[in-house]
Amino acid sequence: MLGLLHSLEIAVGATIVGLLIGICGAYGKLYGGPVVRDLLAVYTTVVRAVPELVLILLLYYAGTDLINQVLTAIGYQRVDISGLVAGIAVLGFCQGAYSTEVMRGAILAIPQGQIEAARAFGMSPGLLLRRITLPAMLPFAIPGLANLWLIATKDTALLAVVGFFELTLATRQAAGVTKAYLIFYLAAGVLYLAVTLFSNFLLGRAEKWARRGMPSVKEAR
Amino acid sequence: MSAVEAAAVSSGKAQSGAAEAIHVENLHKKFGQLHVLKGVSLSARDGEVIAIIGGSGSGKSTLLRCINCLENPTSGIIRVNGEEIKLKADSHGHTVPADRRQIERIRSKLGMVFQNFNLWSHMTLIENVIEVPVHVLGVKRDEAIAQAEKLLARVGLAEKRDVYPAYLSGGQQQRAAIARALAINPRVMLFDEPTSALDPELVGEVLKVIGDLAREGRTMVLVTHEMKFAREVATHVVYLYNGLVEEEGPPEQIFGAPKSERLKQFIRNIG
Repeated sequence: MLGLLHSLEIAVGATIVGLLIGICGAYGKLYGGPVVRDLLAVYTTVVRAVPELVLILLLYYAGTDLINQVLTAIGYQRVDISGLVAGIAVLGFCQGAYSTEVMRGAILAIPQGQIEAARAFGMSPGLLLRRITLPAMLPFAIPGLANLWLIATKDTALLAVVGFFELTLATRQAAGVTKAYLIFYLAAGVLYLAVTLFSNFLLGRAEKWARRGMPSVKEAR
Repeated sequence: MSAVEAAAVSSGKAQSGAAEAIHVENLHKKFGQLHVLKGVSLSARDGEVIAIIGGSGSGKSTLLRCINCLENPTSGIIRVNGEEIKLKADSHGHTVPADRRQIERIRSKLGMVFQNFNLWSHMTLIENVIEVPVHVLGVKRDEAIAQAEKLLARVGLAEKRDVYPAYLSGGQQQRAAIARALAINPRVMLFDEPTSALDPELVGEVLKVIGDLAREGRTMVLVTHEMKFAREVATHVVYLYNGLVEEEGPPEQIFGAPKSERLKQFIRNIG
């Protein structure tokens, strides 16, 4: 159960980090200067090209090592980065690349006239993002972001390889000790399934709310 | 005094004593190689209704959109309420507004109505109307709602206040968009072909609302294809051809006794 809690903590944290990166990334890709756009293109391409397990190993070991080297170089003590923080950072970094693309697509799906109208009435860029762009893109982004969330809950299992105590590692240890492999792995599977079902319920509600201004597609059939 | 202003004053209908709300001088706009506006001047004093007419591609929408910098002019002077919009060249040589806050301030005094309504689809009508007063102008929410209800009633949409735009007809959406523009208590209303996207039987209801505004003395700049309507409500008509003002004057003169051959032909074709 502690393992499940840790898994969810990481998944929630990584999704939040990913969403923030995604919003900034999508904005940068759409409206940024050529340098910003190129950097973001490299980021999304590389992160989406390299297997996540490799990225996790790379960022977890190399990343913490790099931070500590920098810290010692500027005269600070080495720090012990907690598995939780590192896990959130690493998975969030991966999620960010995917959600950048999801959000970019969603922003492009907003009728541009609505953004133009907001500009024409004197909205500042920040206000425009908060009041118009984000709520208007949400109905287009939620299906893709829901995918990312579900992937995030399961990607937490990858952190088992770096020794982070989450659901899969907890299961493996428990199963190893008791030799009741079937029961424990089935139980883990059921827990992942329960998380997914509960998420689906919440995401369905969220999508319904986000689409509040849009007629049902069933009527257009 | 420029030729345009002289024309406006001598037209007789213009209130020569009224302050100038919009002043455009020698405006050029290029899209890459395409030279859309080739030195247009325009003036709107308080209470005037300026109708901009012209064929497609004549630059009339571009001219309107330059006034609130939805398009950045390539060169020229634009003054709104006597305040000149500061422009500068960016690193690519494009002209851009020098001061974002100035542009935002000026835009919040110009009520723009678009061809495609552009209501915010995730907000009900009342939310659309109070959005700018509450979040840009800092009006208190309940005051804004009270005012918005009056405006919606005025355009005949009082009972639709909690409906989302997608569930309304084009005419209703455009009337709501007019209410949204009025809610900022604009110095000037800008209309960009407000009836061009509407079914013919819905045009009348929108024109009636715009006509009422004109009659109560609102300052307006109106890009339109509705010649009959322009003739009724405009105090001054500007005919654009190929990025230049081909002819301008009071509506009786433009529609009754056009001088330019092109304008004659345009009126014949469209009428």
